[in-house]
Amino acid sequence: MSDLVARSAGDHAPRRADVPSAPVGVGFKPVHWNAIAADRRFDGFFEVHAENYMGAGGLPHHMLTALRRDHPLSLHGVAMSLGGSDPLDARHLARFRSLVERYEPFLVSEHLAWSSHGPTYFNDLLPVAYTTATLARVCEHIDQVQEAIGRPLLLENPATYVAFASSAMSECDFITAIARRTGCGLLLDLNNVHVSATNHGYRARDYLAAFPLDRVRQVHVAGHAMRDDASGLPLLVDSHDAPVAADVWALLADVVARGVRVPVLVEWDSEIPAWQVLREQAARAAAHLAVEMPTCAMA
Amino acid sequence: MRNGVIPASTPERGAEAAFAAGLLDPTVAAPADVMRRPADPAARRYDVYRNNVTVSLIDALAAIYPAVRRLTGDDFFRAMARSHVRATPPTSPLLFDYGRAFPDYVERYPHAQSLPWLADVARIERAWLDAYHAADAPVVAPDGLAAIPHDRLADVVFVRHPAAYMLRSRYPAGSIFARNRQEGPAQPLVSAAAEDTLVTRPELAVDVRVLPAGGAEFVGALMCGQTLAAAANAAFAAAAAFDLPANLAGMLAAGAFTALRLPESP
Repeated sequence: MSDLVARSAGDHAPRRADVPSAPVGVGFKPVHWNAIAADRRFDGFFEVHAENYMGAGGLPHHMLTALRRDHPLSLHGVAMSLGGSDPLDARHLARFRSLVERYEPFLVSEHLAWSSHGPTYFNDLLPVAYTTATLARVCEHIDQVQEAIGRPLLLENPATYVAFASSAMSECDFITAIARRTGCGLLLDLNNVHVSATNHGYRARDYLAAFPLDRVRQVHVAGHAMRDDASGLPLLVDSHDAPVAADVWALLADVVARGVRVPVLVEWDSEIPAWQVLREQAARAAAHLAVEMPTCAMA
Repeated sequence: MRNGVIPASTPERGAEAAFAAGLLDPTVAAPADVMRRPADPAARRYDVYRNNVTVSLIDALAAIYPAVRRLTGDDFFRAMARSHVRATPPTSPLLFDYGRAFPDYVERYPHAQSLPWLADVARIERAWLDAYHAADAPVVAPDGLAAIPHDRLADVVFVRHPAAYMLRSRYPAGSIFARNRQEGPAQPLVSAAAEDTLVTRPELAVDVRVLPAGGAEFVGALMCGQTLAAAANAAFAAAAAFDLPANLAGMLAAGAFTALRLPESP
């Protein structure tokens, strides 16, 4: 695994928690704190949303420090607005950088989306039109982040509900071009692939066939919600409030069969279940990764 | 504009502005650039974003103000929060910083005028979250004054702990907060008297306590950097029965101060 894992920069000796012993993790929720402390057998990694740890002190940093001592940590930003037309928020970038320096996560990721426009922060991952102009802007923003944190960023593919008439290229071409130009890694969110494919009427497998899997350094799986759509067309929402769907597990099996061997994270952000339920989802992800790689994919 | 830089007016920025315009304003139509699919009004797809934005921000306020929500009921709270979110959306990506204008909004909210103490309960909840995220700092030990020579005690100045807040109310806001911060049946109030509240976080847990008579003048003066003698005088002026040793002990036990200073002798 170690060659697939971005090591933290610096000349300090690696701690036990620097590299995951099992390449499966779960999103950390403070409500699970006591259950995690009592569960000595969970040897996966934890992922946190960076913005929740941008306060000055108190319990959040106390918990994150303890978590980082015992487990590998992955830092997932949700508010950088990489896809926005505004310049990056310099104060937010500085906060992000200081979290990376303080906690030395083994993975650092952000989204292909925008969330701020002018003075307003919308608290949502809003969609980007795929044009040469937006491509240049996103690359410029990723360069800035990578410069600030001194390491590659992983960019996550979005879940979208609309497409734009002004888009001039496919999402996969857009993401491929970003990875080539900036050297960033990719976070392949398989639930987002399934949600977007369903909402826009294409096949998830066709998307994955066009996706630059060689740049993938982490995979996300999560649950989604099906909305009642009076038009008769299915509408899926990336709600992270349910178990991973069978269709999404099948996509994980597909990419593993195609040779993807990277840390897999189970996300569950609302209607949060008991720790044991989340742990079982992680065990199921681990079982997918344990499948022997077919010889044809080894070549 | 962030960083003082005004982005150039480009077609991409115009399209983003058109998309942003309707997210918190249901009267604005879905942007023209959104693709229409047969039998699928694009407006419905755009509405997913409107809904995500609005609901997530209402949820953020509900997480910051659980006692206000419990006091008003969920439907009332969400309607009040929705109108606040649309009028005053966040300007920072740190949601624990959001909602600072909400207590004043609650105070002016026409449908909440029969609950005049509601805004003060909201102010305590806002202080609770600020204390929760405040910088870590040591607190003055209960016997911290023992090291001070007796003839200099009157001159001692206290340094406010970064997690310490004092709130005054004309209503029993502290007791209403305490009774409604958790689920389960609430105990009835024993008094309608005005209450001042001290919010602190000496270690990791936030502490909220109602101050005795004169306590607010005392702690308030010390937080402003006045000497112990001046603070005690302010407290006695406000409440003749002010108990100096008990207030001193209570305030140090709560962790309201991080250090003591003895100014140079004149």
